[in-house]
Amino acid sequence: MAKTKKTKRPTALVTGISGRLGRLLTQELHRTHDVVGVDRRPFNDAPQDVTMCRVDIRSRRCEEVFRTHDIEAVIHMNIMHDPRRSDEEHHTFNVIGTQQLLEYCVRYRIPKLVLLSTANVYGPSPRNQNYLTEDALLMAGETDSGIRDLVAVDMLCSTFFWKHPEVETVVLRPVHICGSVHNAPSNYMRLPAVPILLGFDPMVQLIHERDVVRALMATLRPGARGVFNVTGPSAVPLSAVLQLLDKPLRPVPHLLFEPVVRTMFRSRIWNFPPAELDHLKYGCTVSGNRIREELSFKPEYDLADIVAIFRQGTSSNG
Amino acid sequence: MSDDKLTQFAKKLETLADAMRDTLADPELERRLIGLDRDNINEFGYDSYGYSPEYVRRIVPLATLVYRHYFRVKTYGVENLPVDGRAMLIANHSGQLPYDGAVIALSALLDAPSPRMIRSMVERWVSTLPFASVFMARCGQVLGTPENCRTLLDQEELLLVFPEGAKGISKTYDKRYQLQRFGHGFMRLALEKKAPIIPVAVIGAEEQAPSFYNWRWMAKQLGAPALPITPFFPWLGPLGLLPMPVQYHVHFGKPLSFEGNPNDDEGTIGRMVKRVKNEVRELIHTGLNQRTGVFR
Repeated sequence: MAKTKKTKRPTALVTGISGRLGRLLTQELHRTHDVVGVDRRPFNDAPQDVTMCRVDIRSRRCEEVFRTHDIEAVIHMNIMHDPRRSDEEHHTFNVIGTQQLLEYCVRYRIPKLVLLSTANVYGPSPRNQNYLTEDALLMAGETDSGIRDLVAVDMLCSTFFWKHPEVETVVLRPVHICGSVHNAPSNYMRLPAVPILLGFDPMVQLIHERDVVRALMATLRPGARGVFNVTGPSAVPLSAVLQLLDKPLRPVPHLLFEPVVRTMFRSRIWNFPPAELDHLKYGCTVSGNRIREELSFKPEYDLADIVAIFRQGTSSNG
Repeated sequence: MSDDKLTQFAKKLETLADAMRDTLADPELERRLIGLDRDNINEFGYDSYGYSPEYVRRIVPLATLVYRHYFRVKTYGVENLPVDGRAMLIANHSGQLPYDGAVIALSALLDAPSPRMIRSMVERWVSTLPFASVFMARCGQVLGTPENCRTLLDQEELLLVFPEGAKGISKTYDKRYQLQRFGHGFMRLALEKKAPIIPVAVIGAEEQAPSFYNWRWMAKQLGAPALPITPFFPWLGPLGLLPMPVQYHVHFGKPLSFEGNPNDDEGTIGRMVKRVKNEVRELIHTGLNQRTGVFR
């Protein structure tokens, strides 16, 4: 279909393309762009017009991709957040990998760089004001060492924004992404019975994965630059989401549960990071006004659509 | 499993509350609650801060009972509350547990000429407490950060601020009715958002839980702002948290408006804060002279 038109299409490089969100993005992106994918994992059922480069982002061969293609936008979503992997692996893959990518962007004069960060970089905390704006401090690393390199990556790109005005840099911080993706909030809602902390009911913000893809597409417009929180439907208490989800709840007292999770994590019995329990305790709501006003992005999926994903999931599995 | 028992217990409490609501059904109260209705409630019944009108509707009958028959609250100058528009209530804080905040909020709901909802600025320690954090949020109370304060004033809300903070609420019995240091943040916000300030004096709360010692060391270990030792707490356990049946008198002063640069130096802001503090102190004095006793 693309070949019937002779006009040259812009080329976009997507790192971490083989992840679920990467695949979803590719479905949208390859209609308007020539897509070059970089990932060390295979992308089996990739659309035919996608050029796939199976290289590790840290390797020298990654630079080869920049040299051989005329890239107009880099979408960086090659961020690993997996408690099973070591800290060294996380650090080199996320932080050093990003640093190298930024270097290539300068060296090969890439006009646009988009980083998919996360609103979790603000960190859930009892001190958080409601609806944090983009200039709020990134406090997540304070209690959660696992997220420190995500904060570092976010900060690297935000500084890059100031240091290299010739590159249109966008940092997206979406709230909890829900859908087929394998991240903590989605895994949590896929559980057959959902644990909650007794007596806590923070406000949560969820966003449908397809809305995140739409936000990413919106940032590719020329002129879009800066840091943006991305929010979906309005914030509701966690209990309201779970009520819609219609699954059995397992309330546990936090004074008992927290030390248990901590010891199990330390002795490597269970790899649930204890710091993530804070998401069930404290709010970390962000304001999505900026992206609404500047990029006129509006979420299309409401809470019922988001919850429906997980309800279907249970009926097909069990 | 104990979880099931807990959920059962919660259900029982809920049905009890519902029964209470039915017996206490009062058309006047219903009318006043409807007066609180606002248009920023989402389809799940919450506003963006987690306030739930439905939740408030459930607990208000019981709270009214306590307000009218336990604390026998008397309000003075309640007509000074604005019918609409933004304002900041600045009150003295006391009593170890923030019953004073609840009483002020109820007086604005029950005794004001036209019912107003009050959003008080809450200490961040509260959000670390199970149940209390949810209770506060559902009743419309908000964590007291400057940014939250700004947003709420922009939404023309009525804010309640205790500028003494934890120092005020945890003071010992010998310091009753002595105002502690006032923070300056509220004045900067009032100047910035051009919000009138209404001084409020709460009489009675200072005697509800006479603390003779604040065990700071233990409080620090527990991560709490204070740990009062009263004749009842901690000796009686959770029962010791109940306040004595003191009579509450709530005095609302005339609205004050200030003008100036919100980013002025501490000295200038401090002088304005002092004016508010003096107003509150005067209200306390008239209130203390007026009342005939602590319990009546």
